[in-house]
Amino acid sequence: MAETHSLQDMRQQPAVAAKVFIQRDYTKGTVCQFQTKFPSELETRIDKQQFEETVQTLNNLYAEAEKLGSQSYIEGCLACLTAYTIFLCMETHYEKVLKNIAKYIQEQNDKIYAPRGLLLTDPIERGLRVIEVTIFEDRS
Amino acid sequence: MTSCEYQQIDPQALPTPTPAPPPHHGNDRDKREEPKRPRRKWQVFPGKNRFYCDGRIMVARQSGVLPLTLGLIVITSGLFFIFDCPFLVKHLTSCIPVIGGGLFVFVVITLLQTSLTDPGILPRATPDEAADIEKQIDNTGNASYRPPPRTKEVLINQQVVKLKYCFSCKMFRPPRTSHCSLCDNCVERFDHHCPWVGNCVGKRNYRFFYTFIVSLSFLTAFIFGCVTTHLALRAQGGKGLVFALQESPGSAVELVICFFSVWSILGLSGFHTYLVASNLTTNEDIKGSWSGKSGEGVTNPYSHKNIFINCCSVLCGPMPPSLIDRRGFLPTDESVQTAGAGIELPALAAKSEINVVGGSSQPASGLPESPSPVPAPPHSHQNSSSV
Repeated sequence: MAETHSLQDMRQQPAVAAKVFIQRDYTKGTVCQFQTKFPSELETRIDKQQFEETVQTLNNLYAEAEKLGSQSYIEGCLACLTAYTIFLCMETHYEKVLKNIAKYIQEQNDKIYAPRGLLLTDPIERGLRVIEVTIFEDRS
Repeated sequence: MTSCEYQQIDPQALPTPTPAPPPHHGNDRDKREEPKRPRRKWQVFPGKNRFYCDGRIMVARQSGVLPLTLGLIVITSGLFFIFDCPFLVKHLTSCIPVIGGGLFVFVVITLLQTSLTDPGILPRATPDEAADIEKQIDNTGNASYRPPPRTKEVLINQQVVKLKYCFSCKMFRPPRTSHCSLCDNCVERFDHHCPWVGNCVGKRNYRFFYTFIVSLSFLTAFIFGCVTTHLALRAQGGKGLVFALQESPGSAVELVICFFSVWSILGLSGFHTYLVASNLTTNEDIKGSWSGKSGEGVTNPYSHKNIFINCCSVLCGPMPPSLIDRRGFLPTDESVQTAGAGIELPALAAKSEINVVGGSSQPASGLPESPSPVPAPPHSHQNSSSV
């Protein structure tokens, strides 16, 4: 086992100190929205306004995905007429927005959160239940 | 101990890591190490569902009477095309088989979509999430005693909604979500578990279900009407109904099936049309959650207060994605602590090689767990679009 310990040290992988879960905000119904309340565990790591801005942007993106507008109605009616078989070949509006969200989270992680020893997990990987923020040990 | 049966292996000289998992490597059984074919998430799915086509299709474990439903529809329509259509095309119009065929195709497609689609299953909470929720709840009991039901109250559109804690999925259920005991899953916007389609009806497949029952009522009514017309035309000229039935025995079977099903299916369609127009689920309607029985001023907080908008949002709203990602690959490392298992592995495998008799010289021999190795990338999270 001594071999593995030395390999681990060589890799300098930061260990996970804690995980914070931003829960869903159901006050607007069943639409996907996350609570913007700033968790106390992140106080030492990141600016409150920065974090709230990230969560608010995510909320706006999810609201756009679930928006009841003319585009979603046209997509829905067309799908109904084709006995919903177009879902097999076409990417839905929701899926397109989810891709944007994944890109946004990646970008936020690279620019803002990783330098501070934090990592945001895309909520879709947690079934849209929580935004998981992993806090890494401060090596400095 | 004969030393000639095996030889000491130099760990540095090992070209590739071998597939044998070291017996003392206490990892979770679900995770496989790099060289093994990475498993897909559907293979470790905790609910009572069955998956086919490598996770593309899913059904509830109890298929219920889905084969019966499908059989009845196919047999009735088949008899219709064989016995009634030729006569009606000759005596009336050739539109009849066209309309019948169109309706039949529509019904079968929507039935299969209702049965084989993920109804909106919520994946269970990860252990970290569950621990976090437990921390937030005051838990004084020990593990063997089940504490009283935990609820959380939330205000939605000026209505107080109680969110219950699901003990199986270890999370607070979102509003309108219910745990189906037959499928052992929490399903979003849970309507009911339909044995006729062998699946739950929830957020993702409610529109398929609604389209199915509406088109089925049209089909049943259409066949019923056509069979009646056919028999009436045959019985003309004083020949009598018995004579007509003798000439076309299939029509008798269709008549019986359609007569008994048309009322129940029409009734069901009407009921679900009411539910769609008021943005209710069967579950809520049965429990009387928003009927105002429990007090004054209790209204449905999810309704848009407009029948047209309710219908549009339920039937034509955006199609939510499947949350369970059944075709995604299981990560080889769940948390960062076990990251770099790829680097750890050769050392551990090397260590085990020294202990295994003649193991390293034949890497693919006698390993009960490894299937034919497929060189897939170990850390892939492939979110392929799923129905």
